[in-house]
Amino acid sequence: MLKHRVIPCILLKDWQLVKSINFDSYRTIGHPTSTARIYNSRNVDELIILDIDASLNDDDINVEIITDIANECFMPLTIGGGIRTIDDIYRILNAGADKVSINSISLENSSFITKASSVFGSQCIVCSIDVKKINNTYKVFSKSKGLLDIHPLLLAKQYQEYGAGEILLTSVDHEGSTNGYDINLIKLFKDELKIPVILNGGMGEPIHAVEAIQNGADAIAAAYIFHFSQYTPKDIRNKLAEYNISVRII
Amino acid sequence: MGNSRSVQKSFEKNNCHAVITNDHDLIMNADKIVLPGVGSFYDGMNELLNLGLIDILNESVVKNKKPFLGICLGMQLMANMSYENTETKGLEWIDAEIVRFDFSKINNNYKIPHVGWNNVEFETECLLYDGIPNNSDFYFVHSYHYSLNEDVVTGSTDYGYKFTSSICKDNIFGFQFHPEKSQGVGLKLISNFIEL
Repeated sequence: MLKHRVIPCILLKDWQLVKSINFDSYRTIGHPTSTARIYNSRNVDELIILDIDASLNDDDINVEIITDIANECFMPLTIGGGIRTIDDIYRILNAGADKVSINSISLENSSFITKASSVFGSQCIVCSIDVKKINNTYKVFSKSKGLLDIHPLLLAKQYQEYGAGEILLTSVDHEGSTNGYDINLIKLFKDELKIPVILNGGMGEPIHAVEAIQNGADAIAAAYIFHFSQYTPKDIRNKLAEYNISVRII
Repeated sequence: MGNSRSVQKSFEKNNCHAVITNDHDLIMNADKIVLPGVGSFYDGMNELLNLGLIDILNESVVKNKKPFLGICLGMQLMANMSYENTETKGLEWIDAEIVRFDFSKINNNYKIPHVGWNNVEFETECLLYDGIPNNSDFYFVHSYHYSLNEDVVTGSTDYGYKFTSSICKDNIFGFQFHPEKSQGVGLKLISNFIEL
């Protein structure tokens, strides 16, 4: 039986590990390579690493650090941030990553998804969607352009058509809050897509992961809980197992 | 195209020297051959054809019986043919076709690709599963799978229905999942292959 994945999401800024709250107030918390090593030894299901400002600053992708991180990972590794060309994806995968997460470029040019998935296979292409709730309506949020007048589910369906392999769905409002995932948001996505949805943003307690998966998330990602609490990804998986949700037990 | 570097790393982690190459002499002289690969069947076969590797592989693997490990697409390429996008002929080492997951008969909403950790039930003894507990979880990413016409299955996995997740025929080993991404049990499998 397929297992639900629990995925630590690491944020990089100037190639330091940081943690944000609502996409703001960053705090440096360590070095990415040593963190990747720890997660590998803890047998996490997968790892997502996002360079949060790369697309804003037009930073070149730091292949060296991705190589260092990938060398520590014998589990699937997704890298995102600042990807603008097919060549960027090629360099990231060559450095040892398994998937890329794209965000800004797919908002600007959806045919990029089609091109990328035809070259590398859709399994490589994770489309990231950031969501904000305004007056009780969900809107897609772009770091460079602000709020966009499109519903996240509609955008996700379009991405799926264009060839996305997975959706990484992040609630900006819940991100870093520790109050739990945006359950109303994931409910809207339940059974709507043919590709997996990874829900991100807000886990503070293991029970939050249970709520997310019971309401439609295929996998969950989190940062804060793993950096600032005693909980490990294994604790989360054990909690899910208590609720008869299939997870990898090792 | 694909994740050759990840596969190479898993050999290095087991203290084994592995080179990524399309050099005919190097392949002919290697102790063992690994064909990794993600991407489409048609592109994979085309690449082997363009690099002149099909004859080299036939000679090394089928004639000279060199140990061969096919991972994911590398496993699928060993079949007679695939229905992915367009019907494409494979290496024809295994009497099988590659078919897409088809959930129409079981009436449900399983997602495609099959991505994530899933357990492999060992069907017959396989040297590469030595020291690995039955039903261990391995990492999968694929939309197509084997439909076998000969009895070479060593492991099967349930995703809506039971499909073939690993095969073995003489010196040829194939795994639909990614041992190089399956942490401890995956590295153990690679180490078993190295020690053949």
